[in-house]
Amino acid sequence: MTGLFFVEKTEQLADKVYQMWVRAPHVSHHAQAGQFVIFRIDEKGERIPLTISATDGDSIRVIFMTVGKTTTHLASLRTGDYIRDVAGPLGRPSEIRKYGTCVLVGGGVGTASLPIIARAAKKAGNRVIGIIGARNADLLILEDEMKKACDECHITTDDGSRGFHGFAADFLKRVMAQEKVDCVWIIGPAIMMKVTSECTRPAGIRTFVSLNPVMVDGTGMCGSCRVLINGVTKFACVDGPEFDAHQVDFNSLMQRLRMYQPEEKESLEHYQAHSCTCKGGDPHA
Amino acid sequence: MHDRPADQRIHDFNEVVTGLTAGEARTEAERCLQCKKPQCVSGCPVNIDIPSFIREIAAGNFKKAAVIIKEQNMLPAICGRVCPQEVQCEGACILGNKDIPVAIGTLERFIADWERENGAVIPQKKPSNGRRVAVVGAGPAGLTASAELARMGYQVTLFESLHEAGGVLMYGIPSFRLPKEIVKAETDAVVSLGVELRLNHLVGRSITTRELLSYDAVFLGTGAGLPYFMNLPGENLPGVYSANEFLTRVNLMHADRFPLYDTPVKRGSRVVVAGGGNVAMDAARVARRLGGKVTLVYRRREEDLPARKAETVHAKEEGIEFIMCANPVRIIGDQVMTGVECVKMEMCAPDASGRPEPAPVEGSHFTIDADVFIAAIGQGPNPLLISELPELTRGKRGNVLVDEEFKTSMRKVYAGGDVATGAATVILAMGAAKQAARAIDTMLRKE
Repeated sequence: MTGLFFVEKTEQLADKVYQMWVRAPHVSHHAQAGQFVIFRIDEKGERIPLTISATDGDSIRVIFMTVGKTTTHLASLRTGDYIRDVAGPLGRPSEIRKYGTCVLVGGGVGTASLPIIARAAKKAGNRVIGIIGARNADLLILEDEMKKACDECHITTDDGSRGFHGFAADFLKRVMAQEKVDCVWIIGPAIMMKVTSECTRPAGIRTFVSLNPVMVDGTGMCGSCRVLINGVTKFACVDGPEFDAHQVDFNSLMQRLRMYQPEEKESLEHYQAHSCTCKGGDPHA
Repeated sequence: MHDRPADQRIHDFNEVVTGLTAGEARTEAERCLQCKKPQCVSGCPVNIDIPSFIREIAAGNFKKAAVIIKEQNMLPAICGRVCPQEVQCEGACILGNKDIPVAIGTLERFIADWERENGAVIPQKKPSNGRRVAVVGAGPAGLTASAELARMGYQVTLFESLHEAGGVLMYGIPSFRLPKEIVKAETDAVVSLGVELRLNHLVGRSITTRELLSYDAVFLGTGAGLPYFMNLPGENLPGVYSANEFLTRVNLMHADRFPLYDTPVKRGSRVVVAGGGNVAMDAARVARRLGGKVTLVYRRREEDLPARKAETVHAKEEGIEFIMCANPVRIIGDQVMTGVECVKMEMCAPDASGRPEPAPVEGSHFTIDADVFIAAIGQGPNPLLISELPELTRGKRGNVLVDEEFKTSMRKVYAGGDVATGAATVILAMGAAKQAARAIDTMLRKE
């Protein structure tokens, strides 16, 4: 009746960043760039959205950073474990068409969303430039994959430990000064998307961001993920998750992202207090 | 039928109304006059043979009573609890003219509970006819359509986007009104008829509409899950919920048991609920059980409250403050909400609904300090799948238009329940689904 979803492979990609391949044919066969899935790890789990980072046959890949209880729990799973529920693919696909030159900017774990968009954009006949930004070299992910998927791919680090020394936004400005840019995707933490999308506003360059508000059902039934787009309330789960960056009220988004901070801390502490690495540890005791 | 004391029940999510003993059920059943032309049956949207099952209860033949009910209704433990009997079967009962009507809903519940504890009655099923029908949405409409079609011999695939079947019965109605193990038992009974249930499948996404339309027939029972907001200033502040979100977090995700369960919910110390229907009462009573002081604000008069009578009585007993003829106009707060500004309403000439149209009274603004606000002002049809089927003719409110046989404008596609009517009751959705299943059967037999 209920599918249990087999974990095929897991790997740590960077400090606190993990990738996981899960068998979910109903998702993988239909997934398009920009869409996401909802995971519920077990009976007591919450429903969390994760971007579909790649598909291969019957399997999907998700990449996540451990920040709270659910992502910490997810990172502890190994090949042969199961996820209780995987629903998707959800959300509208990226608006892929022939724009000309597209720049894809990834911040931190947000880079996970880019290769699938890069491949789709390239297939549609665009020239694709990737910019992967991270705080430092140890936090960079998917460098090889992005190099393959893009016509050119650049690295930026805030501390200069790899590639361009500075923010991805600074490098984006440099690209825009050198050539005509027709469309930009910026995917990363809310504050990074807010700041970086200001670079393209004066020139009126079409810019997409992928929003990551708190969700419950992920199918348009609760309104937890509501965001203000050009002053109008939209649901990120069904109207997005990608929106025109220049119409997004990022302050409202960030305010709502902080809503459950105390509960997230409590949940993680409860999990850590009740799970142990020895056999028999029950995280739900 | 007894209610647990309010001061006890506000500390838990266990059922408020306790059932009947066998003796009490038989005594109540004996009150039935066994009318030759029973009005109660015509008051029942699924046409249960009410006098017959009551006669069997009076005689102590509980199993036979269960068989009679299940002939027409696969979800009796649910209907016995959540149907608005006062405007249906019991409202039509002749005894109600002079005395109190027979407690038909309570008797239905008694039999369903007895059956669950003493072995389920599985209705007869025709042999498979090899035809495939897709049912979208495992709520009251979808479950009923699936059960009816499976019994007629169809091979039914039931698609559900959430991780549990039941729809609004799981995510919407709280367990103190409808225990979840009862929903599970009744949905299991539908699955046991041979229905293939595919959870986590959002039709239009997890399967394409083309795959959907490859079935011999399709029934859409996707419900009214789109929450309406009030478009108030401050409505996106943390602390503001749609009733759907608040109830889903608690009913489906068990946020009342956080952190044992992972999903949190804001336990407001002062909660304001806007609305006057069953959903508003449910949200208010859940918030009360989470420890809040709860105020319910409704823009019309008390006599206009659309909720079942029992719900408003229970809500009041549980200490929920009712402010009638008032409407929220603004959510106050900086980083999080801290209050709700309301305005008093006066009743003017009747509107299209026949009730007096409420209008704001100038200068009557007042503020309620609150850290949680729940908008329970209604839901619209789930737009997602409908928008993927552009050939469907839709009404003004986004509902799917159907003819008297519940057929949509698309060939072989039927719809029933809230997706066609807008938010209504469980039993009306079930009644529509039953008729749609019969129409599907008639259509496929003609081919």
